[in-house]
Amino acid sequence: MSAGQEVTREQRVLDRIEAYRRRRPRLTDEVVTLAHGAGGKASAALTDAVFLEAFRNDALAPLADAAVLELPNGERLAFSTDSFVVNPWRFPGGSIGHLAVHGTVNDLVAVGARPSWLSVGFVIEEGFAIADLRTIAADIAEAAEGAGVAIVTGDTKVVNRGAADGVYVNTSGVGFVPTGRSLGAGRVRPGDVVLVSGTIADHGTAVMLARGDLALEADIASDTAPLHDLAEALLDAAPGTRWLRDPTRGGLGTVCNELAQAAEVAVVLDETRLPIRREVNGACDILGIDPLYVANEGKLVAVVPAEEAEVALAAVRGHDLGRDAALIGEIRDEPERMVLLTTAVGGTRIVDMLVGDPLPRIC
Amino acid sequence: MAGLAPMAEARRITVTGTVQGVGFRPYVYRHAVELGLAGEVSNGTEGVRIDAVGSPAALDELCRRLREEPPPLARVHEVRVEAGTAVPVGGSPRLGGGFRIVASRDRGRPDVPVSADVGPCDACLAELEDPADRRFRYPFINCTDCGPRYTITRRVPYDRPWTTMADFTMCETCQAEYDDPSDRRFHAQPNACPACGPQLALNVPGGAREDTTPGALNTAVRMLRDGRIVAVKGVGGFHLACDATDPAAVGELRRRKARDDKPFAVLVADVATAHRLCVLDDEAEAAIAAPQRPIVLAPRRSDSAVSRHAGDVASGRGDDAASGRAGDVASGRAGDAASGAAPIAHGVAPGLPELGMMLPPSPLHHLLVRDVGLPLVLTSGNLSDEPIAYRDPDAFTRLGPLVDAVLTHDRPIHIRCDDSVVRAAGRPDDPTVRGLGRREAPGGRAAGGLQVLRRSRGLAPEPVSLPVRTAVPILAVGAELKSTVALARADQAVVSHHLGDLEHHATYVAFVEAVAHLSHLAGTEPELVVHDLHPQYLSTTYALELGLPTHGVQHHHAHIASCLVDNGRDEPVLGVSFDGTGYGPDGTVWGGEFLVADLRSSERVGRLRQVALPGGAAAIREPWRMALAWLAATEPGRLAELGPALDRRWEAVASLLDHPRTLRTSSAGRLFDAVAALLGVRSTVTYEGQAAIELESLARRVPIPADADVGSASRTSRGAEGSTDPDPELRVLDPAPLIAAAIRARRSGEPLEHAAADFHTGFAAATARLALEAAEDRGLRAAALSGGVFQNPRFSAEVARHLRAGGLDVLTHRAIPPNDGGISVGQAAVAAARTGSAG
Repeated sequence: MSAGQEVTREQRVLDRIEAYRRRRPRLTDEVVTLAHGAGGKASAALTDAVFLEAFRNDALAPLADAAVLELPNGERLAFSTDSFVVNPWRFPGGSIGHLAVHGTVNDLVAVGARPSWLSVGFVIEEGFAIADLRTIAADIAEAAEGAGVAIVTGDTKVVNRGAADGVYVNTSGVGFVPTGRSLGAGRVRPGDVVLVSGTIADHGTAVMLARGDLALEADIASDTAPLHDLAEALLDAAPGTRWLRDPTRGGLGTVCNELAQAAEVAVVLDETRLPIRREVNGACDILGIDPLYVANEGKLVAVVPAEEAEVALAAVRGHDLGRDAALIGEIRDEPERMVLLTTAVGGTRIVDMLVGDPLPRIC
Repeated sequence: MAGLAPMAEARRITVTGTVQGVGFRPYVYRHAVELGLAGEVSNGTEGVRIDAVGSPAALDELCRRLREEPPPLARVHEVRVEAGTAVPVGGSPRLGGGFRIVASRDRGRPDVPVSADVGPCDACLAELEDPADRRFRYPFINCTDCGPRYTITRRVPYDRPWTTMADFTMCETCQAEYDDPSDRRFHAQPNACPACGPQLALNVPGGAREDTTPGALNTAVRMLRDGRIVAVKGVGGFHLACDATDPAAVGELRRRKARDDKPFAVLVADVATAHRLCVLDDEAEAAIAAPQRPIVLAPRRSDSAVSRHAGDVASGRGDDAASGRAGDVASGRAGDAASGAAPIAHGVAPGLPELGMMLPPSPLHHLLVRDVGLPLVLTSGNLSDEPIAYRDPDAFTRLGPLVDAVLTHDRPIHIRCDDSVVRAAGRPDDPTVRGLGRREAPGGRAAGGLQVLRRSRGLAPEPVSLPVRTAVPILAVGAELKSTVALARADQAVVSHHLGDLEHHATYVAFVEAVAHLSHLAGTEPELVVHDLHPQYLSTTYALELGLPTHGVQHHHAHIASCLVDNGRDEPVLGVSFDGTGYGPDGTVWGGEFLVADLRSSERVGRLRQVALPGGAAAIREPWRMALAWLAATEPGRLAELGPALDRRWEAVASLLDHPRTLRTSSAGRLFDAVAALLGVRSTVTYEGQAAIELESLARRVPIPADADVGSASRTSRGAEGSTDPDPELRVLDPAPLIAAAIRARRSGEPLEHAAADFHTGFAAATARLALEAAEDRGLRAAALSGGVFQNPRFSAEVARHLRAGGLDVLTHRAIPPNDGGISVGQAAVAAARTGSAG
């Protein structure tokens, strides 16, 4: 055996490891668990094995926040849907009504679209107060106005007491992608810069505290907001912007992992530059939760070319919703498909995709 | 020398085990010649092969010596003899005259693990210090008995072209030694001298580069004596070094390295210095002087624990500096004479009664510590918990900002390998550590009250014998912290060096490389990969993504299996598996488990009472949270009274205790944390296990009571905790009385060491009682103690004593770490037992 053959064998092992890393997680469960809804690996496995398997087509395949469909006249239509099951339905900073509008609007924004129309569907548990329903409807109307979209169709279902938890809301939305605009993980290149439009983990933390079962009082409000104006400001200032996402369920850590997988790059974040409110950090610390995995409802993560990073940052900071924006990291070619966090002491930690709920790993 | 006897016979003898790179062929040569045998010896992919012709008696004698008196560094696994054939006198032309060593054959599948690295032997040290020797003060001196092995090996068989010495062409003199079967450097692969071998260089950031070996060494020595911090390229990676007696230098090193309290190891020049600093029994002395050169943890002498950087010591150092080279420890003694003993700075191991000491693991370290004339801090060259740097560019980048100079050399390190750590004393039962200390035939075991806590440089990749034989090659990927990987084939497992905490990206890279490298060294591609059940361990993710058949092994079963392997046993035992955290299949965090287990199966028959783990990983970093959880569980009425003393956030954390998303745990490690926090010993930690280690340090000041019995201090019951316990058949150890006692002790102002000792004694008794009951229930004769908690010498000793008094055979760890560093070999053994047959 020559040294060359030996290198080949070692390389073969490494290549095989690499090949399997590329695969999406497998679904091995027999029944659905809450982990399948947590936005991490289990969610991805369920989506792949059940839904993508059954519905496979070119528009669905990228599993983007919204589908982009080309119309006969050449216009590009963006189409997205989302369901909302938050408990409690009202929390500091908003309600399920605001979320239902902002969630779908922001999914459209993430593919570069300008949102136009929304549908709203309700699943309501018998016994839910009409007054609360009015409040939710008013919040939806308020949010739609703020986002510049019209509610153009809807549906209502009522289920037996106990068959749902208060109220569930689904919204679907349609918007148009302006000519010449092209966003996607495929455009991301090593050397690009990662920008986040403001403090992370506000929404998830606010909702956890709003449940009222923790003796924690902190002035933390959800960041729920429509991001259409902010995105336009960013895309005007930095037309080379590669990729956009709103890091909702699963948080910044999860969307960065999805980016690293899809773009076949490394995403390297700098812990010291992550914008996070002191109160949020304190609450997460007490709860033992990593803010990287906590949901946001009014933030954008963008990948911009290095030469446009400063102008992009200035544009985002110039907007009300982007005052705390920061450049938080960069894209590298190695190690492919991984997210790393350089820590305050100079270490480099792997930010993995969560399987389900976070468990303590250390012993 | 006798000629061939008329009744000559030809035999082929194959010796397997660690037989390459340990001077085995010259050894065979000497004995064959002495016994009047003809033939040849060679290294092959299976091991060492001997074709010998001679009298049956001489051949038998050779085989006996191979089995019972192998060379000191060899580990003989098997001496296989193929049936002898009678041959006419004179034999075949090939075997006709004399005995010779032939070049390595290189065919087929390699089956030979590479030897571990070996510290300098006495013969080489004598030459190193002999001004007349051509290798006088040459930092890379080595021979067939010593020198680097595993860390320089790129591939097998172990031959110079496949090591990082390949680029150094031997001078004529070295080549002559290498070719002469009677020379002790015959086929010493890293053989080198100042004329042809590696050289030192010293890089001073922003300063000049010293690129002669004497210049680099002298400048480094001067800097160390001036209280500076120098990175030193060692055997398996870079260390950071500074004067261990200089509080300012030690403090500065802690600051730059961002390491708060975790103890540093100390390099001492010789055994005498080690004795001066610590209490060493025979085993500990043998371990520290052993060729593996581990870090030995030993109890400090009380008079050396005090730090005073006395002026007389400082002036002593000044005198030495003026005198030029200080090739001995006289300089240190000059200071000692006045101050009693060279005082180790307090910051080296703050608050701990033990010191980790190491004798020079290489000739370079020998020269450094002797020239400086003082003990040196020698800590891994990294930032905080990252893996150690081992390649020059990485060292310059990562360590450059931390040090005043980098002392490097041009012999590359192929595999990063941290120092091994061994604890001396604290194991009153008769332990042995294979491969360390004095060797006793048969089986190569040395006597010693020793326990390996980290199996790495000098010990890896020595194979571990499994009590079972695996049907397919197995890769076991270990846990998450203190990661190691193991590759098992037939009845042996090769366990990697210590890799570290996988969450760090560089460690993860090292983990992936170690898998590939071990597969290569063993010539085996695994067909089954074994992993922990924790879905979020990066090792689990890796295993599941490998594309091979996988098998999950529960964490605490793997611990007990590793203890069985360490003791060469495979029979059902009562396993006490106590550690910090491990994934339980019931959705709780395990860590205080009583298992009826053999290698194949494991059944949980008891556990510690469960409490909340409020804040998950945060409850591990902040022991006060565990104190709160135990308070709430055992003394709920007094939470408001006692909570505020724990932390200002106690109320918020208390509201997590019954929260649906809060995990529950039966962890024994967390109970130690809780008691440490309740007693006010420590409420947050800066390194893993710190609170428990400090609690044990206090307890150690109080002798173990001779009359403790298992009946006191605690309760065990089936289905305790009333309705909160899901499994009425499980025996539950409820330490509520121990918690209450700790609270009382804190309030009464009882000396902390007594409270700490009482807790150890009470918890050990309760643990033993439950174990004895469960063992009796199942008719078990033996108990196995494993998991990180059994690194606690006092607790281990007390539990073991009770179990023995109760009539059980007690298995404890010796050569395989009881902590998560042993998980990989435990996983491998379980999978082997389940796939293979008894071996």
